Amino acid sequence: MKKLLSKDLLGIRNLSVEEINLIFDTADKFKEVLNRPIKKVPSLRHLTIANVFFENSTRTKLSFELAQKRLSADVINFSSSVSSVKKGESLLDTINNILVMKVDMIVMRHPNPGAPHFVAKNIEASVVNAGDGTHEHPTQALLDSYTIREKFGNIKNKKIAIIGDISHSRVAISNIYALQKLGAKVMLCGPSTLIPKHINSMGVEIENNIENALKWCDVANVLRIQLERQNNKFFPSLREYSLYYGINKKLLEKINKNIIIMHPGPINRGVELNSDVADSNNSIILDQVENGVAIRMAVMYLLSLNKG
Amino acid sequence: MTNKSRLFNKERLEITINRLCHQLIENHNNFENTVLIGLQPRGIYFLDRIKKNINKILKKEIETGILDTTFYRDDFRSNEIPQARETFIPFLVDDKNVVIIDDVLFTGRTVRSAMEGIMNFGRPQKIELLVLIDRKYTRDIPVEPTYCGIKINTITSDRIEVNLAEQGFDNDNIWIINK
Repeated sequence: MKKLLSKDLLGIRNLSVEEINLIFDTADKFKEVLNRPIKKVPSLRHLTIANVFFENSTRTKLSFELAQKRLSADVINFSSSVSSVKKGESLLDTINNILVMKVDMIVMRHPNPGAPHFVAKNIEASVVNAGDGTHEHPTQALLDSYTIREKFGNIKNKKIAIIGDISHSRVAISNIYALQKLGAKVMLCGPSTLIPKHINSMGVEIENNIENALKWCDVANVLRIQLERQNNKFFPSLREYSLYYGINKKLLEKINKNIIIMHPGPINRGVELNSDVADSNNSIILDQVENGVAIRMAVMYLLSLNKG
Repeated sequence: MTNKSRLFNKERLEITINRLCHQLIENHNNFENTVLIGLQPRGIYFLDRIKKNINKILKKEIETGILDTTFYRDDFRSNEIPQARETFIPFLVDDKNVVIIDDVLFTGRTVRSAMEGIMNFGRPQKIELLVLIDRKYTRDIPVEPTYCGIKINTITSDRIEVNLAEQGFDNDNIWIINK
């Protein structure tokens, strides 16, 4: 059968279109499993997976853990805030200590870009990147594209606007790679202080006016304003950001176009998205969360095939 | 030397499927509490033929589903695992009689994984197995068919080649190949 080429999933950048479609096709099958009376298959009962999170996460961690349990894998959880990392243990020491307990796969989130790549190079077990700093968040991009595909049947030539804090967003980078590989057109929209200088080298359009971006797109993927990364005042105030870039019903009515709204969560309601949009029929935010489990099941299932 | 001999042609296959349908009706009357589940990939073609045949005889639609056993296989760690295919069972199997339908019964492992898969849709009253071809002397697991088109003596290295019109072949032909 077709397989993923690498033992790890570190980013979308190095995935081929065939690999992405293989993940999507497998996720279709797992989505069916998730709608059965008993939502569990024994496929990974021979594996132990460690979720190693050096950065806070709620839904990604829950989604991965649920996916692992649905696949019957044994799961252990590690969180840096309550671990020996606080005592000064190095990253590789921490990982090797987990691996020596016969762990077969590591799902890892880390604040430093490239940390999962470093670990993957140094260990035999599979590594799944659950977000590394401002670099990549591959499973989020896969579930975003998968949800768009589910909505439209096809991603090719669809126009996707990614709106908000692009500078601090690993979701944006992974989304750009995934969407472009699948033939979509991508526009980034936000205040110029939140759009990286050389990002147009990725072949995306840049727009600073949200009305223009919304008029252009079929789907608006609205990113979270990362309040924890705003020490250097990239915009004067949240109120001003909301005024210029917040999406509300009034704005959408003015544009008078059926735009699908996405958000990777957690939403700052009243900042980047108003509740009258987030909870509207045009929003597929909860579909994204539901599809996240199926996508993560597919990724871990396919990676486990590579171990033989 | 390879030796290839034909087990079924179109006419013979029709007669056998007809006979299997009548056996099913004999045991399940009007199929009020019975569902048929075909196994991917080729069991679903036989399921389709059996369903059409029984619908015609009974003049009613019987309930059917299709099951892919990939996620339940026990040879998961080998490299032979096929790509997952569609499963579609739009009903609960609680307290129902389930008839599993497949083309060839070989080691019995697919049927074992199918039974595990079916249990995820409820607790059936009874599970039966219908196969077109029962390969004797090759079983790894004690699984025997309830209904069988033909029993043949084979050794493990023998191969059954199933060519059906549904797969794009000009005609139905099923061969046994001895190596």
